[in-house]
Amino acid sequence: MKEALLVAGVGKRFGKVQALREINFAVGEGELFGLIGADGAGKTTLIRILVTLLLADEGRSELLGLDVVGSYRELRQRIGYMPGKFSLYPDLSVEENLRFFASVFGTTVEKNYELIREIYSQLEPFKTRRAGKLSGGMKQKLALSCALVHRPEVLFLDEPTTGVDAVSRQEFWQMLGRLREQGMTILVSTPYMDEAVLCDRIAFMQEGRILAIDTPAGITTLFPKPLFAIRASETGRLLSVLRSSSHAASVYAFGSALHYTDNRPSVSADELLASLHAQGFSELSVSVIQPGIEDTFIALMEEKQGAAHE
Amino acid sequence: MSELVIHTDKLTKRFGDFVAVDALSLSISGGEIFGFLGANGAGKTTAIRMLTALLAPTSGSATVAGFDLYTGSEGIKRNIGYMSQRFSLYDDLTVRENIRFFAGIYGLTTQAIKEKSRQLLETLKLVEVADVRLASLPLGWKQKLAFSVAILHEPKIVFLDEPTGGVDPVTRRRFWDMIYEASGRGLTIFVTTHYMDEAEYCDRLCIMVDGRVAALNRPEAMKQHFSAESMNDVFIQLARPGRME
Repeated sequence: MKEALLVAGVGKRFGKVQALREINFAVGEGELFGLIGADGAGKTTLIRILVTLLLADEGRSELLGLDVVGSYRELRQRIGYMPGKFSLYPDLSVEENLRFFASVFGTTVEKNYELIREIYSQLEPFKTRRAGKLSGGMKQKLALSCALVHRPEVLFLDEPTTGVDAVSRQEFWQMLGRLREQGMTILVSTPYMDEAVLCDRIAFMQEGRILAIDTPAGITTLFPKPLFAIRASETGRLLSVLRSSSHAASVYAFGSALHYTDNRPSVSADELLASLHAQGFSELSVSVIQPGIEDTFIALMEEKQGAAHE
Repeated sequence: MSELVIHTDKLTKRFGDFVAVDALSLSISGGEIFGFLGANGAGKTTAIRMLTALLAPTSGSATVAGFDLYTGSEGIKRNIGYMSQRFSLYDDLTVRENIRFFAGIYGLTTQAIKEKSRQLLETLKLVEVADVRLASLPLGWKQKLAFSVAILHEPKIVFLDEPTGGVDPVTRRRFWDMIYEASGRGLTIFVTTHYMDEAEYCDRLCIMVDGRVAALNRPEAMKQHFSAESMNDVFIQLARPGRME
């Protein structure tokens, strides 16, 4: 696969804070690539370097075969960027915003309408409404339309779904899937682990570093231990009993279950069940499960932080 | 069952022709962790603004922390806490200044502020960074502090509006530990979230669709009722806008 983006040894410091260190990765043409991490992980800084808005202190990045520093003028015409903060003009109407962004890129809405039709058609009934008066979901659709109006070759989306409800998030990802089918290269950042599975490949970011890069399925193979899902009638007590057990390596709540790893090399689900049963738990179930993206992220995060936490 | 901390009867808010909250009836008891869910625009924020006495209802009645919504708004404000992801603490103030500022806002005496600050810095293990500006602290610490500050004046109920947005998965779970602990001490928690796994940690859930209560129950009962594997499935079934007749 041809590379659309190449990042080599990128680092960035703001005063005493090392925002990014030794970032290396490549994104293939037509790939949907996800940067997964919490606030402060460095996702926005990295994206702003790649969209030519911020200079890195170290390393170099190539986009579409061009250096992001030397060729920033040309690149700005060829990429689309949807920032994390709503950055459209609140006092302009939906339609005026779109026309404005089209004209800035020297094109017209009509020329590239096909690309944005599906997204923009949902906004058309409100095209005279001022952008500042739109609901969260509609703002997000307008921002995406404006980022696409010049038909970019690479699209950068910085946390497009933060603060958006589960239903709108699902719809947004369906839109991204269709853009990808049309061959667009997409780099998207998100703090939501459940969105990671929708990417072709993902990079986990934490404290300015990349912890791992792989396909969503591949990354979960990095999970170091057998993982158990444990349920019982009293989840709260189960949590504190398991946490205080000397055998527990990790205990985390995942919805209605607890995800547990044990520091004994070969403990079975039946043994865990028996020992919890002896401690008076009822409606118990213990099963070995496949670790998910979030399990793996937590494991890699803790590995990195070592014993620094209590 | 302990006393009701929130009780609303057909609470309604209209903006012109638009009914943002339509006849909301809820009863929430002391110590309950109550999850308040809904799509963007479903009326959650409007409902919370009414319950925190920031917005007058159009019709219906409610008592919050024992005070009537129409006549006791000052009493309500003194007996509730509020924390959101977007607005909680001031980054440019130090840890100690933030505590003092919010304690002052909630009307604590100088002596009480001194005592509370000392206690809080010790329990949160923040003594060493007490005079550091908040901006340079890790997110997890800020969150702990924001929550503690929101309940510094010992309210009966705390409203948490998307408290865990954008937080890493470990910090998010530590935050829920704090919620459990506070609820164990009898504090009522009213929480909104877009993380559906967190919905499962609540005692009861209310899902709002188009200003109305579409479902109100314990998470397990809700999953059973909708034959869903997870709360995410329930939410997607219910909350798709325009789905409800």
